[in-house]
Amino acid sequence: MMKIRTRQELDQKQREYLKSLQNQKKQILVCGGTGCVAGGSLKIFAKLNEIMLEKGINCVVKLEKEPEHDSVGIKKSGCHGFCEKGPLLRIEPGGILYTKVKVEDCEEIVEKTIIGNEIVERLVYHDSNGTAYPKQDDIPFYKKQTRIALEHCGKINAESIVEYIAEGGYQAVAKALFDMTPEEIIEEITESSLRGRGGGGFPTGRKWASVLKQTEEEKYVVCNGDEGDPGAFMDRSMMEGDPHKVIEGMIIAGIATKAHHGYIYVRAEYPLAVERLSIAISKATARGLLGKNILNSGFDFDIKISQGAGAFVCGEGSALTTSIEGNRGMPRVKPPRTVEHGLFNKPTVLNNVETFCNVPPIINKGAEWYKQYGPENNHGTKAFALTGNVVNTGLIEVPMGTKLREVIFDVGGGVKDGEFKGVQIGGPSGGCLCISATENHLDLNMDFDSLKKVGAMIGSGGLVVMNHHNCMVEVARFFMQFTQNESCGKCVPCREGTKRMLELLTDITEGRGTLEHISMLEELADTISNTALCGLGKTAASPVVSTLKYFRDEYIAHVVDHKCPAGQCKALVNLVIDPDKCRGCTKCARMCPVNAITGEIKKPHTIDTQKCIKCGTCMDGCKFGAISYE
Amino acid sequence: MKTEEMKKLDEIMQAHNFSPNLVIAIMQDIQKEYHYLPEEHLKYIAKKLNIPEAKIYGVATFYENFSLDAKGKYIIKICDGTACHVRKSVPVLEEFRKILGVTAEKPTTDDMMFTVETVSCLGACGLAPACTVNDEVHPAMNPEKARELIKQLKEESAS
Repeated sequence: MMKIRTRQELDQKQREYLKSLQNQKKQILVCGGTGCVAGGSLKIFAKLNEIMLEKGINCVVKLEKEPEHDSVGIKKSGCHGFCEKGPLLRIEPGGILYTKVKVEDCEEIVEKTIIGNEIVERLVYHDSNGTAYPKQDDIPFYKKQTRIALEHCGKINAESIVEYIAEGGYQAVAKALFDMTPEEIIEEITESSLRGRGGGGFPTGRKWASVLKQTEEEKYVVCNGDEGDPGAFMDRSMMEGDPHKVIEGMIIAGIATKAHHGYIYVRAEYPLAVERLSIAISKATARGLLGKNILNSGFDFDIKISQGAGAFVCGEGSALTTSIEGNRGMPRVKPPRTVEHGLFNKPTVLNNVETFCNVPPIINKGAEWYKQYGPENNHGTKAFALTGNVVNTGLIEVPMGTKLREVIFDVGGGVKDGEFKGVQIGGPSGGCLCISATENHLDLNMDFDSLKKVGAMIGSGGLVVMNHHNCMVEVARFFMQFTQNESCGKCVPCREGTKRMLELLTDITEGRGTLEHISMLEELADTISNTALCGLGKTAASPVVSTLKYFRDEYIAHVVDHKCPAGQCKALVNLVIDPDKCRGCTKCARMCPVNAITGEIKKPHTIDTQKCIKCGTCMDGCKFGAISYE
Repeated sequence: MKTEEMKKLDEIMQAHNFSPNLVIAIMQDIQKEYHYLPEEHLKYIAKKLNIPEAKIYGVATFYENFSLDAKGKYIIKICDGTACHVRKSVPVLEEFRKILGVTAEKPTTDDMMFTVETVSCLGACGLAPACTVNDEVHPAMNPEKARELIKQLKEESAS
C-alpha cells in the first residue's frame, strides 16, 4: 500500500479516488451493521457477487485504483440505521433503498436494477398508507434527520480507507496540522460549543484546554467505546460503520493537546467494531496517516485498541483508565481529574466515540457552520438509538432541540402495539419523559439543558419507547437490577443502597409493597445520590425518582390496591378469557405450556388461575383477542 | 499442566509481550482458547507475568465475561437490555432454561452441551428480543423459536 507522505499527496489521492468512485456505473451498498448481518446480509452480499460473476458483469469489490467505466462496485457498508426493515440494500446512483431483502431477491435485483434501470417495487419501503418510497432520502424516517456524526454510515465501504479519503477523509487532520495551532483548534471546538456526547455534556473544548495546559511530556487520548447502556448502539454503529472518522477525531485531539498516544476502549460484546477498528488502524498506519511523522509534519500519533471484559462501570472515566492498565475497573475519588491524572497517571483526554466523530466536520467546515444546528449552548446533532415499542426501530441522528414528538412520531413512525406512555432516556442513569396527568413532554426540546430541567438526561442516547402495556414500576425495578448487578462494590452507598432499593422495588412488583416502601425508596434515593463515589452510583436512583415523580399513581396502585394497571407485574394480575369473544377454537389450550386452559371445542374456554404461570402465550396466540389481563 | 499447554500459554503471553498491563487481553485470549479460565492456567500466568495470584483472581472475578467454570459447547446468551426487556425477552430466557433444565445458579447442562446466560445489552436492539449462540445473533426471538433453535442445535451436534 502506498504511503501518503505529504498534504499535497493526500489532496492528489483524494481527487484520484473520487474519480475512481464516480467512474463506477453503479454501486451496491449492502448493510454490514450488526442488525442486518444477523438478518443475513452477508449471504446477500455473497449471492450478489456470485450472480454478477455468472453474468459476466465487471464487479469491483475492492476499490484499488481507477476502475473501468462500466464496472459495478459492491461493498459492505456500515449501519444504514433503518434496522427494523433490514437487511437493507442501497443502490447508487439514485439513492434507492431496498428493504427486507432476501437471498432469493438477488437475481431480480441484478437483472432489473443493475443491468436495467428498473426499480423492484416490492422491495421498496411502503408506509402504512401504502405509499412507496423508492429513494432513501424521501422516506419519512430519514427525511427529518441531519447526519453529521453518521454522515458516512451506510454510504461508504466501512473497511476501505480509499473511500474515506475520497469523501474528504483525513483532510481535517491535514488542516489541524498545517493551518492551525493547538490553541486555534481548541478555540474552534470551544466556539462550536461541542459537548461530550457520552452523557455528561461537558464542554469538549474546555476539557482539551485543560489537558493542553498540563506540562507533562507524556499525555494520552482515550476514546470511550464502552457503550454499556442497555438499549443503546450509537457508538457501536459509528465504530463499525465509519471507523476512520473516530481515528481522525482522535488524531486531532492529539494535535490539539500535544498527546502522541491513543487508546480506544471497546466493549467485548462488540466484536465487529473491534474488527473494523483494527482494520482501519492498520490501514491508516500503512498509509502513514497514523504513526511517525504524519504527512511530514513531525507529529507522531499511534492508537491501540483495548477490549473491555464486561463491566458497565468501566464507562466511568477513572474506572476505564484503570481497566486499560490491567486492573479491576473501579472508579477512584476525584479530584484529581482525568485531565490531570488519567491513563498511567498522565494527563488524558477522554471523550466518547460520538464526540470524536463530530470533530472532523467541525474542523473542516468551521464552528459557525456547526452552530446552525441546535439551540444556544447545545449546538450540533445527537444520535439516538430508537428502540422498544416503536414502529421504526433504528439508529437516528437529529439536530439538538428536536421535539420528542417529531422523534417518535415522524422519524419513529409512532408507537407500536398500543398508546404512547413514555420514553426512557439516558439508560440506567436517566429518567423518563411521558404524558401523565400533570406533564406532557411530547413538545419538549431534546437537548442537554431542556432535559435536565425535567429531571432526565440525554445520556449516551438510548431512547426506549414504552406503550401502555409497560409497567413503570417494573421498568424502574429493571434498571435498579441492572445498576445493582453492575455496582463495583467499592463504596457502601452504591453497594448496599442499590441492593436495598432493588429489594423494595421487587416487593412492590410482587405485591408485598406498602406505602412505607415508597417513602423508604425516596429516602434511599436521596442518600445514594448525595454520597456515592462515582457517576454510576450518583445517578443509580434516577429512574426511580423520575418514575415516582410522573407515575406515582402507578406505584400507589401497586401498594394500596395490589393491582398493576399495565398488567405486567405477574403477581398482581390474572389472565382471563372473555366468554363472549372466545370461539372455542382450542388453540390456547394447545399452546398453554402448563395445561391450565380447559374447555370443550366450540365453547368458551377457562383458565385455571392456580395452574396458570401467566406467561401470556395464550394471549399472544388468540386470534379473537379474547384473552386479557383482568 | 502439560508442556504443550504451557507452550500455548507462553505463545499467548508472548503476543502481548509478557506485559502485566495487558493481563485482561491475555486472559481474553486464554478464554477464547478454552472457553473458560482454568485455575492452573491462571496460576501459571501469574508466575510468568510476575503478578500476585490474588490480583489475577481479583481481575478474573470482577469482569462479567470471565468464567472460572467450564462452559457448554453452545453458549446461549439472551439479551436482557432495555429494548429486549420491553419486547419480552424474559419468557424467552425462561423457555431456554425450562427445556434445558438449567437455572441462573447452574447455567450449564450436565452433558456440557449448553450454557444459558443473560447479557446486559448486545447492542442489537433493533432485533429485539435477541439472543446469541456462540456469538451468532438470532433476531426477534420468542419461546417457540427458542424450542426450535435447541432442536436444531441438538441435530447439528449429533450429525
